[in-house]
Amino acid sequence: MMRELGLDLADALSLEPLTVGVILAMTAVTVLTKVGGIWLVRHVELSDRLEAGLSVLPGAIVIAVLGPDLANGGPAEWGAAGLVLLVMWRTENILLALIAGVVGVVTFRSVL
Amino acid sequence: MTEESPPADGNAAGESTPEPSTSVAADADPDRVTFSREGFRAGFVTCVPIALGVGGYGIAFGVLADQAGLSVAEAALMSATVLAGASQIIAVELWADPLPIATIVFTVFAINLRYSLMGAALQPWFRRLSPTQIYGSLYFMADENWALTMRDLKSGSGRGAFLLGSGIAIWVFWVGSTILGAVAGGVIGEPARYGFDFILAAVFVALAAELWEGKSTLVPWIASLGTAVIAAQYLPGRWYVLLGGLVAAAVEVIRYDA
Repeated sequence: MMRELGLDLADALSLEPLTVGVILAMTAVTVLTKVGGIWLVRHVELSDRLEAGLSVLPGAIVIAVLGPDLANGGPAEWGAAGLVLLVMWRTENILLALIAGVVGVVTFRSVL
Repeated sequence: MTEESPPADGNAAGESTPEPSTSVAADADPDRVTFSREGFRAGFVTCVPIALGVGGYGIAFGVLADQAGLSVAEAALMSATVLAGASQIIAVELWADPLPIATIVFTVFAINLRYSLMGAALQPWFRRLSPTQIYGSLYFMADENWALTMRDLKSGSGRGAFLLGSGIAIWVFWVGSTILGAVAGGVIGEPARYGFDFILAAVFVALAAELWEGKSTLVPWIASLGTAVIAAQYLPGRWYVLLGGLVAAAVEVIRYDA
């Protein structure tokens, strides 16, 4: 490890032009997605009905990210997710909930 | 706060019954959004515990980037500029020789399209801010600090700089942990052994718990869940995230005055 750090400093700091180009292209399309949505709605008049639709997006997207993730998991992941919910419900402390989830998933994976 | 109350029994009335406006706080408060240093700091401080979790994920990304053949500097550059965890992890998984450039860039775009919906969801609060404030903040938008920001804005805080403050906290930990992971490389080995792969899921379970608004939330969430689980089986990448959000929003639009 130390030997590698000493030996490969030049390697670690190297920037391949092609790689940098791909990274910048990734950055460009990502920035486009991040600013594109609000740019659109800022330039189009929204009805109350549409705003009601937009207001459910936060929770809906969280659920959409989570659903397939958990569906692909097993009992260990489901149990750990339940643990996160339980700790959030009882303490409302995010850090505690995350620690419980990670410790839980490692424990359940070794047991189940 | 109760400046319109009649002087005689105004206080008692104001305290015993909630003001009519509180029931529509999410609609009424957007007009009072400011962009202050206090809001920035609140966002940063609130996000640090979450950013620590993101850091665990960043170490995993650093390790994967190292295994894909990226240098520490390249991995750090990607985290500093792209700043979108899931898409970065999938991109380095696609990394090969010769580099499938079009596939990587298009996949990143598709995975991150959900940010358009997330950004659009901020509009009711952001419409009073300047374009520089809006677009500068959006650059630092990630899943975790966006959800934290929505919670903060919905509570009626009016802290428009919350997204930027929380986003900078994410950025610092994300870039720092990427470097740590890329340097440590093979020493750490399999991220799943330490449960790091579960951090993102844990963050979202916690956020779902916070975004729950009672029974009215149930219908759009079931619509989103059903759509996402089915779409994930038949569509590549992360299109299911976008579809789940869109279907839930459509369902809400349809039942708006029903």
